[in-house]
Amino acid sequence: MMITIKYFGLIAEVTSQTEETIDFSGRFISELLDTLYFKYPDLKNKDFQVAQNQELVSKSTEIIGQELALLPPFSGG
Amino acid sequence: MTNRYNRHIILSEIGQAGQDKLSNAKVLVIGAGGLGCPVLQYLAAAGIGTLGIIDFDVVDISNLQRQVLFGTSSLGKNKAEAAKKRLEDLNPEISFIAYAEKLTYQNALELFNNYEIIVDGSDNFETRYLVNDACIITNKPLVFGAIYKFEGQVSVFNYQNGPSYRCLFPNPPQKDAVPNCSEIGVLGVLPGIIGSMQANEALKIILGIGHVLSGNLFCYNALTSQTSTLKISKSEEQIENVLKEKHHFNKRQLNLDCEIQTDEISIKDALFKDNIQFIDVREAHEQPKVESLEIINIPLKQLENNLEKIDLSKEKMIFCQSGIRSKQAVSLLKDLEISNCYSIKEGALEILSFINKRHCDRVTTEAIRSK
Repeated sequence: MMITIKYFGLIAEVTSQTEETIDFSGRFISELLDTLYFKYPDLKNKDFQVAQNQELVSKSTEIIGQELALLPPFSGG
Repeated sequence: MTNRYNRHIILSEIGQAGQDKLSNAKVLVIGAGGLGCPVLQYLAAAGIGTLGIIDFDVVDISNLQRQVLFGTSSLGKNKAEAAKKRLEDLNPEISFIAYAEKLTYQNALELFNNYEIIVDGSDNFETRYLVNDACIITNKPLVFGAIYKFEGQVSVFNYQNGPSYRCLFPNPPQKDAVPNCSEIGVLGVLPGIIGSMQANEALKIILGIGHVLSGNLFCYNALTSQTSTLKISKSEEQIENVLKEKHHFNKRQLNLDCEIQTDEISIKDALFKDNIQFIDVREAHEQPKVESLEIINIPLKQLENNLEKIDLSKEKMIFCQSGIRSKQAVSLLKDLEISNCYSIKEGALEILSFINKRHCDRVTTEAIRSK
């Protein structure tokens, strides 16, 4: 299944892009994250939440959508 | 009748009734920085009856790139006071209250109780979680905005039973995991955009018009002009956890990363202070002894049972062999609500050599003077 992943803030810096589409056959978001951790080892130390189809979900959620987003907290003001 | 609010009043969604709501509203803005400036500017212009501004910081020339309420004449002045001065000229018909102090766990609840809406324009996670928790406890809506380089986030938390910031990000990230604006930079116009959106959310809440951004996180990228609105679910557990701890709220301590004032102090700075008490928390047998200073010795393990030896009227300078036990001592004393305690960064050996060197330098200087 082709999945588009959007990256925000610090996460986009780790992945060096704001968006990518990958072919993924796993079932859960956590499995997809493992793939990403392998591809981007620095991602492991970052805090972020995951959104699926524009809705924030837990990392143990099953992948049902074609669009995910990795969202870190911002503190600047 | 004044024409000041005419462009509001002629809007059927606002009218005189809506403008009266704005005139009766009380809004507290946390931080008069990049976000706080546009928030304050638009809320003051809109005629919010009472605007509270809290900021302990002073205006620096590097702030002028984005903090649009200030000019060169504000340099070195407290931001809350400087913002108030500018805003009083913008709208003398409303009240401003400037708090030139830091928002803490000790003053937050009382302060928030005087206002109806809290707008967060702070610049660190510690304060953001403090604001969130205080809004839950005092039951105030929180207009949230935060920025990072070219990106911004906006939401409204704790509004009509909606989610809180902890429902989105339950805990602050590890220290230093997310750098702040002063370390990494920020596009000057970005806080202008995000702060203006926060002002808009505050006005919608007061006027009761449109859809408030509760339960949604709005994300904006200034480089790509892309926006996303992500749904946030409420976590009852997160909110209950905050409420459960509410009686301990004012005992918690703010631990700001980038704070100039920390619990640590160098021996050099410690010796500059008057009215201090040195406390050696090493065991009695540990060497070297620091005897040239007036010191009391209370080993860390016995500290709690020897509190009467501590002079509460003095600033306590605590040291040990390496600076680790002294930190534990400061945290222990803090928990016991004994304030003005500092951990000396250097260990006993370095302290001793610093004192000896200083003594030698003085003798040399006096010798030169007497020649």
